[in-house]
Amino acid sequence: MSGVLIVGGGPAAHRLAERLVRHGHGGGITVIGAEPRAPYHRALLGSVLDGSLGSERLALPALPGPVRLLTGVRVTGVDRALRTVRTADGRELPYDTLVLATGARARVPAVPGLTDRHGRLAEGVRLLRAAADCRPLSEGPVVVVGGGTRGVEAALALRRAGHEVVLAHPAAHPMDRHLDAAGGAVVAQWLAERGVTLRLGRRATEYAPGKVVLDDGEVLAAGTVLVCAGTVPNTRLARAAGLPVGDGVLVDARLRTADPHVHAIGDCAEQDGTPGATVLGAWEQADTLARILTGEDTVHRAGRHALRPRLPGRDLVVLPPGRDGAEGDRTVTLRDPARGRYARLVLREGRIRHGVVAGSARAVAAVTLLHARDAPVPADLLALLTGADGTYTGGGEPPEDTLVCHCNNVTRKTLKDAWHGGARDAAALAAATRATTGCGSCGPVVRELCAALGRPADPAEGGTR
Amino acid sequence: MSGEAGGRGPRTPADLPETTTHCPYCALQCSTELSGGPGRVGVRPSPDFPVNRGGLCQKGWTAPALLGTPGRLLTPLVRGADGVLAPASWDDALDLVAGRLRRTRERYGADAVAVFGGGGLTNEKAYTLGKFARVALGTSRIDYNGRFCMSSAAAATLAAFGLDRGLPFPVTDLDDSDVVLLAGANPAETMPPLMRHLERADLVVVDPRRTRTAERAALHLQPVPGSDLALALGLLHLAVTEGLVDKEYVDARTTGFEAAWESCAAWWPERVEAVTGVPVADMRRAVRMLAGARRAHVLTGRGAEQHSKGSDTVAAFIGLALALGLPGRAGSGFGTLTGQGNGQGGREMGQKADQLPGYRSLTDPADRAHVASVWGVDPDALPGPGPSAYELLDSLGTPEGPRALLVFGSNPAVSAPRAAHVTERLSALDLLVVADFVPSETAALADVVLPVAQWAEEEGTLTGLEGRVLRRRAHLSPPPGVRTDLELLHALAVRLGQPPERFPVRPREVFDELRRASAGAPADYSGISYARLDAGEALHWPCPAVPGGDHPGTPRAFLDRFAHPDGRARFAAVEHRPPAREPDAGFPLYGTTGRVLAQYQSGAQTRRVPELAEAAPEAFVEVHPDTARRLGLADGALAEVESVHGSTRARVRVTRTAREDTVFVPFHYPGAARANLFTGDALDPRSRMPEFKVSAVRVTPVGERS
Repeated sequence: MSGVLIVGGGPAAHRLAERLVRHGHGGGITVIGAEPRAPYHRALLGSVLDGSLGSERLALPALPGPVRLLTGVRVTGVDRALRTVRTADGRELPYDTLVLATGARARVPAVPGLTDRHGRLAEGVRLLRAAADCRPLSEGPVVVVGGGTRGVEAALALRRAGHEVVLAHPAAHPMDRHLDAAGGAVVAQWLAERGVTLRLGRRATEYAPGKVVLDDGEVLAAGTVLVCAGTVPNTRLARAAGLPVGDGVLVDARLRTADPHVHAIGDCAEQDGTPGATVLGAWEQADTLARILTGEDTVHRAGRHALRPRLPGRDLVVLPPGRDGAEGDRTVTLRDPARGRYARLVLREGRIRHGVVAGSARAVAAVTLLHARDAPVPADLLALLTGADGTYTGGGEPPEDTLVCHCNNVTRKTLKDAWHGGARDAAALAAATRATTGCGSCGPVVRELCAALGRPADPAEGGTR
Repeated sequence: MSGEAGGRGPRTPADLPETTTHCPYCALQCSTELSGGPGRVGVRPSPDFPVNRGGLCQKGWTAPALLGTPGRLLTPLVRGADGVLAPASWDDALDLVAGRLRRTRERYGADAVAVFGGGGLTNEKAYTLGKFARVALGTSRIDYNGRFCMSSAAAATLAAFGLDRGLPFPVTDLDDSDVVLLAGANPAETMPPLMRHLERADLVVVDPRRTRTAERAALHLQPVPGSDLALALGLLHLAVTEGLVDKEYVDARTTGFEAAWESCAAWWPERVEAVTGVPVADMRRAVRMLAGARRAHVLTGRGAEQHSKGSDTVAAFIGLALALGLPGRAGSGFGTLTGQGNGQGGREMGQKADQLPGYRSLTDPADRAHVASVWGVDPDALPGPGPSAYELLDSLGTPEGPRALLVFGSNPAVSAPRAAHVTERLSALDLLVVADFVPSETAALADVVLPVAQWAEEEGTLTGLEGRVLRRRAHLSPPPGVRTDLELLHALAVRLGQPPERFPVRPREVFDELRRASAGAPADYSGISYARLDAGEALHWPCPAVPGGDHPGTPRAFLDRFAHPDGRARFAAVEHRPPAREPDAGFPLYGTTGRVLAQYQSGAQTRRVPELAEAAPEAFVEVHPDTARRLGLADGALAEVESVHGSTRARVRVTRTAREDTVFVPFHYPGAARANLFTGDALDPRSRMPEFKVSAVRVTPVGERS
């Protein structure tokens, strides 16, 4: 069994190393991470930002013994002919199989002042990509630049942590890559309700310590600027090694690059024209690759992962789009702006192809599951989208054969017969029928029935005398 | 007060005062008063017993019908050369059994004979059965149907607390609880009088079905079958991120929190939602309710436990309870709702494959020496641990497996998973002996059937779900021709060459012996006596014998310390994984199994009670209306529920209480209606619990046949 070298110290690399051990990989496994700390959960950074989780709680479980973990080591090059990688600290490490799990980096927009001439972030400018980015912020308002998913999550997390927050976003509504105007309006409304000051359709044009200037000339006070302008796959190593790169490192169904000895997974990889992956997608890739590298003949099929932003108290799911507007598609839309609810589902053959649900916790959960499993939607779509449980039953007198006491299988009719036979209070009815003697929960119903039967002109009971 | 069984003279009604005893069925062990003579026995709930407080469900009210049930076994039966079970004398039947057991052992070794016990047997019977297997038969092959019931909870609570007692507090503690989370438990249908203790609390019910318990809930979490573990991890994750962890308690009374957090850190609520279908908002509300309560309880039932990851699921719910500081705190706690009548005592008394009486271990030299000295045998002569229930059944009649099996108080032809295969294995035996009082489906396969006494005809003790030892008292003598299990085991042991005094037939003598066997063990009964119990004392184990006075028993365990050497409870690091088989294109639905109110276990008893048979006459399959429409299933029509393991026939019941992706079949029915025909053989790696609660199935209408 060959030696596997994994470049990258994120969740994808961690999972791959752990699964290789679990699947009995016999050769050496080395993980090289550029960050100083051992692999940790990037997905929980928002919980650190809002103060609900200490940074030390981010750690992923320690890798099992056979794995060699190098932290704080940057890989500078790959020699595919010699099958070695070079590191910034001057090492040359051999591999039989190389896995690129180099992740993605935050995109920094070309706004004057955000970076110095060496490309380093200016003072007061913060990204949200690594644990180190969650260190305490300086005094003063935070200007979040970019209202995509991360920007929205970050703005709300910062509000929970008690910061004053302004969100500037160039499009007319937040999350415009994922939401149409109606959906975006709901998210904008949530942000406003939580006290986030919105600057929509506005672009930052300049930054200087303490202030951000927008394209209409407005000057925002900014103790911190948090840049949430998307990510860029880290493909430099692959490109320099001569491997084909699109937006990410191109891999086939076996997560293999053009070089059979080199694979790529996670945010740096591009499969089937889709660069990057959610963390769950990256873990699935790692699972598949671990099986492939331990001899299983299999290919990777990406699961159906929804985008489920983490906005505590507000629920939103975006189901990944497929081909739009195909024949036979049916679109169902629900708009309820007053209550902050919106849903749009595109269905084909009774299953969800893509869509969005905002505002109803139950609907979000139900639709997410149906989409993930490609399961048929319920007949009552309105109940699905409003989150109603669809079990309303009408009022009025229950039928005679309705069970009153489930524990002892006693119907209304049996109770009425016993009443007419002389059992005129709850205790006598219990003695005659055993009703109320099990779990006891039908006591009120029996007493009520008793009282109703005692009222001579009760029309509800008229026919039974 | 009536005397012990053994006085065989017939009694007249005038001789019979009321007898205080307990219901024959579930672990709640409702106290009842029996009156009237043979053929006219009446029952009423005891008004003052704290567990049922005057309550009784339909099963309890109708239990006397079992005493004179038509078809009751009243004489031994031996299968003749013609293949028909025919009446035989006790001597002939016992001689035949003993002779064949002896020959099997001589020819194939002691492990060629196996024993299968039950969680309904009294402590005395369970104890004697274990002793009989290990001493008279010398076999390691003994396990029992409690493996299908409590094993996952037992494994998890033992690991967490160092001791496995279903409820480590009196059931009346629940009366004052503010919030009770019930994970996979449906007491409103399985033990209705328990609900009297849950009237005050806000209930959080975790169940894929909207059961009658769920209807009473303040909050119902309705996860996809097989996803409870992910849900529990998500709740623990939220307890941490919402800042609800009781840090002082965790620091002072537990170990392993950091590893437990690592195992649930990856289960952020939005991820859990996508796996379980439970809304994030509901998870958050559940955790806040529990954390905000002054008194709170987390309880698990079979719904969470009967999975190939059941013990890890219980461990995760324990982790939630520990994080919130509930276990071992007065008025709060973690517990598991025991199922069978003596599910608690039955797992303490040594009929489990790896345990000796008192929870002593079959692999611990000191434990072996202690029990061997009580039994008067050489410790080295005791066999080691044997295979678990399903593995035992699966091996019957195979070249390496047992060739003879004795079954007591169990009906595995209906209750075991993959029932068609198990029936085949039972039929492959050279010798199957079944002791029962009704002709169960397993008895129908037997070579020899031995008729034994039942609940109201025998003395003994059972240990209820709260660890309280209860007296079962005889109201009637057994009918002529019927023996008690203890008499039967005595007679067989003697025929196998054991000294007669080693296998007493009087329950009180057996109890006094088991007190000695359990002395100093985790489940210590040594300070409990029939005299103390008959005087009305409420004694919860451990209750050691103490010099110069009576130990009061232990109603609440863990108040000062947990039972591990360091006194601390253990968090567990566990990992969610899918069930053995997830639905796919061929088998697109989840099939789950369970109980109905009017039937008990395999139904061998309750199906014979006319009122119960009328209330719950036949197997049904609960199907959501949308699913029924899609599959062409009409309400009331017959359908096949089929998995890769087999197919069950049941009547369609269209109901909105089912999830669209899940069908439910109760497992109480025989023949082609056995729900366990579609359950599989996946086992929990730790507890060896089968995966009763989730199978991948398809449901198809059965065509009308003339």
